[in-house]
Amino acid sequence: MAVLEGAHPPGEYPVVVVGSGPGGLQTAYALSRLGVEHAIVSQDDAPGGMFRKWPIYQRLLSWTKPDAPYERTAREYEWYDHNSLIADEPELRATVAAEMDRTYMTPSCSEMERGLAAFAERVGVQARYGCRWESTRKEEGGYVLVTSDGEYRCRAVVFALGVTDPWKSPIPGIEEVPHYAETPAAREFEGKSVLVIGKRNSGFEIADGLEPWARQIFLVSPRPVQTAVLANASVRVRYFEPLEDAAWGGGTFALDAAVERIERTEIGGYRLRATGTTRPGPITIEADAAIAATGFRTPLQDLRELGLGTVADGRIPALTPYWESTTLAGVYFAGNTTQGAAGLRKNGIGSASGTVSGFRYNARLLAQEIAKRLGHKQEWQQLGRDDIVPFLLSELRGGPEIWTQKGYLARAVYPDGSTGIVPLAHFLDHCEHGSIAITIEMSAEGEIYPVSYVRAREEIDERHLAPHALNDFGGTEYRAALESLL
Amino acid sequence: MTNGEDLVETLRRFNLFADLDRAQLEAIADPDSERSFGAGERILRRGMSGSGFYVILDGEASVTLGGEELNRLRQGDFFGEISTLLDEPLTADVTAETPVRVLEIPGPRLEVFLLSYPKVMLRMLVTEARRLQEVLAWRS
Repeated sequence: MAVLEGAHPPGEYPVVVVGSGPGGLQTAYALSRLGVEHAIVSQDDAPGGMFRKWPIYQRLLSWTKPDAPYERTAREYEWYDHNSLIADEPELRATVAAEMDRTYMTPSCSEMERGLAAFAERVGVQARYGCRWESTRKEEGGYVLVTSDGEYRCRAVVFALGVTDPWKSPIPGIEEVPHYAETPAAREFEGKSVLVIGKRNSGFEIADGLEPWARQIFLVSPRPVQTAVLANASVRVRYFEPLEDAAWGGGTFALDAAVERIERTEIGGYRLRATGTTRPGPITIEADAAIAATGFRTPLQDLRELGLGTVADGRIPALTPYWESTTLAGVYFAGNTTQGAAGLRKNGIGSASGTVSGFRYNARLLAQEIAKRLGHKQEWQQLGRDDIVPFLLSELRGGPEIWTQKGYLARAVYPDGSTGIVPLAHFLDHCEHGSIAITIEMSAEGEIYPVSYVRAREEIDERHLAPHALNDFGGTEYRAALESLL
Repeated sequence: MTNGEDLVETLRRFNLFADLDRAQLEAIADPDSERSFGAGERILRRGMSGSGFYVILDGEASVTLGGEELNRLRQGDFFGEISTLLDEPLTADVTAETPVRVLEIPGPRLEVFLLSYPKVMLRMLVTEARRLQEVLAWRS
């Protein structure tokens, strides 16, 4: 029976948002700003999502700089604060920055959680907490979400579920190995040898956390660590110590090997049998403890049976550039899952959609797209002919959307003088003759430079602007380059 | 649904990877290198720089130039290598005709990939030679 008291009771809404982590909160806020009626349901009892549990041993990886070249109330400050949710009202911005104790440049889980809760409270996001989404039906014109409190009918649904379900790769015997999510306190590993299956972020987080305690650590997976890719990524801090230890032979090993099976030993430990990949040959390792750091997946419940397409071993939904399922119309995703829309990946560089810094902008655009499809009228910023170049130059210098979502989001100006942020892939495929877009992009070597795209009938003219030693893309050279586009 | 095991099994059937052993296939079958496109979605765009090398895992894609279909790509076919190897903008559009899954080797990693798996490079060369032969036969 439906529970009708409290916020957002079961019933019919144009849009339902599932989840109260940063993705859900940002989407709900953006929908409210556009006047789109919606309900938010969450199985949690408070806002904050995964940051209430993870990472286990460490703080977050993305920076929030309490002091920066811009005031915290300025939009441009967002680039210096990758963890706060974004607001149109200056007084609602930078809620995580306000929580930082300045011991580190990256927030602890509790600083992050408090910052998110402050955002939810200040913007007045009301979610229906303790309400679990259980199953889904497709109906004419929309969807029915069956929850622990009753049924919700909607035309569009936004799932902001995170990538939070522990997932194990299909290795024989891995069912005996506890998942990263079950890792106990580091002191439990004192004097032990530990086998870590997986050489990605969670595997190295564990290795880094256990180094002061464990006797030996063996990290194993088929592919080598992409040290060149890590060089420019904030996540590299997790890899530093274990990789240094491995390089100097200090008791940590990062092995490239395809695991054939894992067995329990007679004395309660683990035995791993594998074949080397970068260095061929059989490998056998015995260890006292083992952890499967094999990743997470999106808790998609019954959406796959409904026809939801997925990528990455079925762990993440396959999405269009506007974060709609490629196979289920009207099913959208927000938050960390928006990494399911890969974008152009020029030079092999992906979007920032797997982190708050990137997906907070996706949520704003998603709300705009949903509002458009529901027939809401939106007002776009208009530029006069003479305003276009100065405006684009200021965006190249400090537009947080294009700086954060490098090569995924673009600043577009259309022939009627209207301007907005848009996924680059969408711009390239749908813009009309005379439209212009600019992005900030990065080479494989880590050099940052602006790129312009101009639509001339069926052609797109892509031009790379020169990098600048101080990343100051506002000077005469850039002005001249943009003038030539008009 | 696919899983890592399926990806290895899929790659094993492709001519391009026929010489690799299981451990090597596992090293290539990175689920995070999988990309998915809905029917009608553009995979590659003419004139764009910085793309990569792709192998079709599932589905069909068309190669078009100015609206004219030049070629049809199916499971096991690969594309994107010319602009990546020559470091030049793409010369045609590639569009998903059905839902398509591809394995992506980013452009900056293609050289290391091919040098790591010389047998894959040789099979790629043979395919390129056949393509060239077809063009020459058509012209003569």
